[in-house]
Amino acid sequence: MHDKTLTELAACLAAGEFTSRELTESLLARIDRLDGEINSLITVTPDAAREAADRADAARAKGEAGPLTGLPLAIKDLFCTDGVLTTAGSRMLANFVAPYDASVVERLKAAGTVSLGKTNLDEFAMGSSNENSHFGPVKNPWDLAAVPGGSSGGSAAAVAAGLVPAAMGTDTGGSIRQPAAFCGITGLKPTYGRVSRWGIIAYASSLDQAGPMARTAEDCALLLNAIAGHDLRDSTSVARGVPDYTEELAAPLSGLKIGLPREYFGDGLDPEVESAVREAVKVYESLGATVREVSLPHTHYAIPAYYVIAPAEASANLSRYDGVRFGHRCEAPTDLIDLYERSRAEGFGEEVKRRILIGTHTLSEGFFDAYYKKAQQVRRLIRQDFLDAFEEVDVLMGPASPTPAFDLGARKDPVSMYLQDIYTIAVNLAGIPGISVPAGFAGGRPAEGRPVGLQILGTHFAEARLLNVAHRFQQATDWHLRRPAFAEENA
Amino acid sequence: MQWETVIGLEVHVQLATQSKIFSGASTAFGAEPNTQACAVDLGLPGVLPVLNEAAVAMAVQFGLAIHAEIPEVSVFDRKNYFYPDLPKGYQTSQMYHPIVGAGEVEITLEDGSTKRVGVHHAHLEEDAGKSLHEDFHGMTGIDLNRAGTPLLEIVSEPDMRSAKEAAAYLKAIHSIVTYLGISDGNMAEGSMRCDVNVSVRPEGQESFGTRAEIKNVNSFRFVERAIEFEVERQIELLEDGGEVIQETRLFDPERDETRSMRTKEEANDYRYFPCPDLLPVVLDAAYVDHLREALPELPDEKRARFQGELGLSAYDAGVLSASRAMAEYFEAVKDACGDAKQAANWVQGELSGALNREGLAITDSPVSARQLGELIGRVIDDTINGKAAKQVFQALWHGEGDSADAIIEAKGLKQVTDTGAIEAMIDRVIAESPAQVAQYRDAEPEKRGKMIGYFVGQVMKASRGTANPQQVNQLLKEKLDALC
Repeated sequence: MHDKTLTELAACLAAGEFTSRELTESLLARIDRLDGEINSLITVTPDAAREAADRADAARAKGEAGPLTGLPLAIKDLFCTDGVLTTAGSRMLANFVAPYDASVVERLKAAGTVSLGKTNLDEFAMGSSNENSHFGPVKNPWDLAAVPGGSSGGSAAAVAAGLVPAAMGTDTGGSIRQPAAFCGITGLKPTYGRVSRWGIIAYASSLDQAGPMARTAEDCALLLNAIAGHDLRDSTSVARGVPDYTEELAAPLSGLKIGLPREYFGDGLDPEVESAVREAVKVYESLGATVREVSLPHTHYAIPAYYVIAPAEASANLSRYDGVRFGHRCEAPTDLIDLYERSRAEGFGEEVKRRILIGTHTLSEGFFDAYYKKAQQVRRLIRQDFLDAFEEVDVLMGPASPTPAFDLGARKDPVSMYLQDIYTIAVNLAGIPGISVPAGFAGGRPAEGRPVGLQILGTHFAEARLLNVAHRFQQATDWHLRRPAFAEENA
Repeated sequence: MQWETVIGLEVHVQLATQSKIFSGASTAFGAEPNTQACAVDLGLPGVLPVLNEAAVAMAVQFGLAIHAEIPEVSVFDRKNYFYPDLPKGYQTSQMYHPIVGAGEVEITLEDGSTKRVGVHHAHLEEDAGKSLHEDFHGMTGIDLNRAGTPLLEIVSEPDMRSAKEAAAYLKAIHSIVTYLGISDGNMAEGSMRCDVNVSVRPEGQESFGTRAEIKNVNSFRFVERAIEFEVERQIELLEDGGEVIQETRLFDPERDETRSMRTKEEANDYRYFPCPDLLPVVLDAAYVDHLREALPELPDEKRARFQGELGLSAYDAGVLSASRAMAEYFEAVKDACGDAKQAANWVQGELSGALNREGLAITDSPVSARQLGELIGRVIDDTINGKAAKQVFQALWHGEGDSADAIIEAKGLKQVTDTGAIEAMIDRVIAESPAQVAQYRDAEPEKRGKMIGYFVGQVMKASRGTANPQQVNQLLKEKLDALC
């Protein structure tokens, strides 16, 4: 059961091969047995899962099952879940039980899905390795010495380890796509505004976007159907019709125009990653696509611009964690300033503090124009780069990350960690959608090596096209069917 | 040296929306602490603001009322600072692109002269909660009911030159917002709060002196007193060779003084930046036009009409148009009695006197405008005389009858205008007052005019106040003179 895609599981449930309750029990047992090693879940909710599974089975018995009824998944611990611990991977919120559901959670519940628990993440979604969690690092099921990527590392690892068939992630600078690439699964970051942010603990509000992480593009389409759409509670969500994302999955790719951004194949790109990506592009050529090189000339400004805008927004977004109303409060504060200083010093980890400091600095009087304003100008140029490119081609392709998963503890220097996101960050600045799909392996250690992700980008609201392009690749290749030895040995 | 005072005001007006500016929680005043604060107001993780359109409409209406420019696009910014009653650690406000641009307000001074005070801009923002320092055994309680209440901050130009002008400006703002119905203007409940910027400079000097900002001065009277004190303090300081430092001060009404709160060096860097959770507010011309059409008649227009069309004095027109409630009451009285001047006299005289005595607002008057108008009508048509009218008013005030007519009837106050009846009463009074008649007769003719008062009083008393006083006067004079 743990090996199947959502789509396959849906068929099994529909055919009565097993019930949602049986599926849930099987996965809960697997989590119990294996997650001690992977550490992908911060909170497991067996009782709520069993109840949801029973409700789903009852609905099915009454003939009221929808496409997602009874399907299990996990939710990044950045989404508020009513009555369930919601930590954001932080000591600051280690005691925080949300009194309400995020929109995405509400919609997934309404669709009849069964949440098994909340996945581990870099604290407040700040990180690229999942090493910044108060609840300990997550291990990559392909190689327990490697990181799963971040910040949605727990979601990616849980799917790769066969603990859940799908999980929800969020992506502010690559936090869905990079861990999907590192863990050999499929992860979609939708267009900014496509999925409501209501109830997602904010990191950088103008960049944050929720999306599905699963084994296949088809599964991502199924999940996106459930979570996409306008929400009056999020002013930045877009009032625009939601197509059935599964409908165009199989459309032929003949005539598809693919652009390869010159800047995504330069210095710092691991040669094995590059060759895997170029092989993948050849597959597309065999499917009838044409390929040309394009340029995104402002790419090298993306990381500096991001590390001004995101920390600036974060510095304000994280001000509410002050020890006054909820979350961590220091012992016996002597006065108000002491309460603030110690609660925040104790509650936040190093990387979060670093970004709050950067953001506070760049917004300060005398620095605002040089940093924040300039970064916003750069952001417009980066967006324009993409819009210009999409005048010429339908999709852009390149690596999701310059390297495969690196070893736990290998990147001590924050800047080298930030450079990890060189291919994903500009996408958030531009607000366009992107998907990462498994496209081979690199490193050759152990057995196969560590997964490589192909990143496919489209223009705003082109999710259906991206899913179609990704799905056809998965029809022609079997990278997404490979399972880590860890998962297979523990079958 | 002669000193000139320069004053600018920042007036915070709580808008009378049903719900908060960025959440659906109620804005009603006086609820149990923290019962009107939802997840958004508490700043819980993951919540997002949604702009209340009613607050936008009210702000735009204010802009239109002060003839301000209404920019097509305005933007919300985050103003960052830590305080326990500020749940998110930032206040959502408008720093760079406010919803209302430059406008002006006309103020009327005590001598009846008018002056225009510039409004630099007005912007929308959310109110903070309240810190409660009593009843917590040395700790501080936080009430977030007020958090997220919409505020319109109206920033004046430094155009005022005296405490009186500042108070007149504040009254003008109060009058505009209450006319528009966008705020109850209740300063005691904090619906209108005021920060005052004060500086002095030698008369004739172009550049401004260093200013002090006096925070949270919450009554018309305190604004005047705080400014007077502060001006005196600054002048004294300068004349002693000292220097005014830029700082924030607090007004203590009990000691009648201002005290330093923090200096410029201690001032916060608020690190304003555009709020990424809210889209820019874009107002199309049709929307603004629609709001313009819905504007009620404003105080300036009303005052002009009261003077021009109704023929009231400038003073009367000013008093009667000062608040919308007063103007509406007056106009209803006028419509019911058909005489603007009489209506003005009664509203400002008998009615205002009674209201002031009992500390009531005009909206709480026990005598309705219709009742008062009908009463005045009975004076005009000579059904009752002025003295009886006051009795009827008192009876109405104390709820002794539903209408002037009913009270007149019940109390038998209908004026006696029948000459025969009045003559009979006069004859009786003359017959019963031989000594006074003798005095009258013996007096010099020019002194008799004064002496007639006694007889008038006796006749009025005999008629229980119902005799027509003019007739009594006239007939008495004829009869007494006939005796001489």
